[in-house]
Amino acid sequence: MIDLLRNLDRRWIFLAMLLAVSIPILAQQSFPERPTKTVLDVFNYIEGLPEGSNILLSFDFGPSSDGELEPIATAVVRHCCLKRHKMFFMTLYPDGVPLPERTIKSVIEQEFESYNFKYGEDYINLGFNNAEELVIIVMGTDIKKMFPTDIEKKPLDGFPIAENITSLEDMDLIFTITTGYPGMKEWVQYGSSPLGVKLAVGSTAVQAPEAYPYLPDQMLGLLAAIKGAAEYEAALADKYPAFRDPAKNQGIKRMAPQFWAHLLIIGLIVLGNVVYFADRFQGARR
Amino acid sequence: MKRETIIWTVLFVAGGLFLVVRGTQSDHGLGRQYVKQVRVNPQSATDLRVKFKEAPPTDRQAQLSIPRTVGLWVAAFFTLAILSFLYRDNIFYKIAESVMVGVSAAWYMVTAGFWEAIIPKLLANLAPETIGSWALPDLLKPKPPDPKLLSLVPLVLGIMLLCRLLPRGGWIGRWPLAFIVGVFAGIRMIGFLEADFVSQIRSSIIPLVVMTDAGRVNLWASLRNTGLVFGVLACLAYFFFSVEHRGLVGRLARVGVWYLMITFGASFAFTVMGRIALLAGRITFLFDDWLWLIDPAGKRWGP
Repeated sequence: MIDLLRNLDRRWIFLAMLLAVSIPILAQQSFPERPTKTVLDVFNYIEGLPEGSNILLSFDFGPSSDGELEPIATAVVRHCCLKRHKMFFMTLYPDGVPLPERTIKSVIEQEFESYNFKYGEDYINLGFNNAEELVIIVMGTDIKKMFPTDIEKKPLDGFPIAENITSLEDMDLIFTITTGYPGMKEWVQYGSSPLGVKLAVGSTAVQAPEAYPYLPDQMLGLLAAIKGAAEYEAALADKYPAFRDPAKNQGIKRMAPQFWAHLLIIGLIVLGNVVYFADRFQGARR
Repeated sequence: MKRETIIWTVLFVAGGLFLVVRGTQSDHGLGRQYVKQVRVNPQSATDLRVKFKEAPPTDRQAQLSIPRTVGLWVAAFFTLAILSFLYRDNIFYKIAESVMVGVSAAWYMVTAGFWEAIIPKLLANLAPETIGSWALPDLLKPKPPDPKLLSLVPLVLGIMLLCRLLPRGGWIGRWPLAFIVGVFAGIRMIGFLEADFVSQIRSSIIPLVVMTDAGRVNLWASLRNTGLVFGVLACLAYFFFSVEHRGLVGRLARVGVWYLMITFGASFAFTVMGRIALLAGRITFLFDDWLWLIDPAGKRWGP
């Protein structure tokens, strides 16, 4: 048995991982989630803002992180729609340009079609600017300098939503959904820290450990990857029963494959240690 | 024929047969995208423009979208091609990798370089009327802006930067490079100093004994704060090399190593979670959008 484990082809492990992830997806399994403080802080803040508050949603990620971050974007935009907040979409990633558009279509235009949100009045897509952290720095004093037009290159001054907007300080919340540079760190350095604007972050799992030191003084809260999305969906479902429908909760559904895959990894770590100690034991006997 | 070749041939044939049978024999089929036409501005009597919106196949107005269906199958092929690397490097993986690199590079050049920098930030400033009539019609409303000749400075710096490619005169490129390095060093220094140095020190100055409003000791919060402050000091001790790591400093540095190890462990666990989430995302795409084995969001026939 030990010999078998010692010489196990790594492709069997890949196959086991594929099954551990695939079967719960096929079985549509899900587990209950309980929101933690870092997520609840964001949820309660958005929930507590008066209707029509300005929220800047920066989609600072590309398609390569979509599997982790799209459920965060959907859950937060859904919450903003429920509270009828004014939403300003933007991205600092060139390959992130289509992503706000997709969320707008799927959530604002389809799921919340009955709310009759109007482009330019209730939400706007500012598009992409390639100046990286300089975008944030200049937006700190003048948003229209960085985004004089929306994504369709129509002047921002022509939209009612932009009438009372000058700088980032006019935003009640900045929510960045981020995967790396430019992203969470730059929003902290040039947005929340110098300006004192409330900042919430939805980050990839890889980046999440870097975000914790900024809590809670420089960052309102953190949605750490798919787990953060699932917790936010749970908080939304607790408050709004219509969102208890599992079909609407991508994050919660993706936690079942996480559970089985983590069990598999823990099992493999234990087995690896068994082989290691067995080898040491045999070496000592020789 | 080698045993491995036989196994792969059988797997490919079985997979192909599954797709054909499921696509032709099952009630639902698989791998198709449907759209329907909707008015862009339904309230307007004169604006008759239409756009295509994703629609479930059960919608009476739905029609098969060939471009979106082809896109779906291409996405499925590339997903499988990339995942095939887990077995072994192969031609399908190489194709997917090359296409990915090529498409990404072109997208960055066109989106970030041309349409977001050269056109709106450079040429639109230097020749607003020409660019407005050609590419940015809204630029001319309500009246064409005056040319901003200050934009000649970045134009000249950009051309100087390209001189690095010349066989002689590459030194010219050092001047704009020095400008870039200087500007970013200044910007970064301010950002790090405020957000990562001063603010982090301020966040670490916290009470070790936390009292509740009722005047009692909040044990949990006190332990958390003590652990945080002690961890900061221990990690700093580990990176403090002016004193030999012996005695009290050595023991403190040892504790710092443990803190660091726990942090690395948490980072690794987060990384695992992230990778599994991405895998789950692709598997969901294959099962839901492509093979139509599941329909959790009720996009087609309900869950």
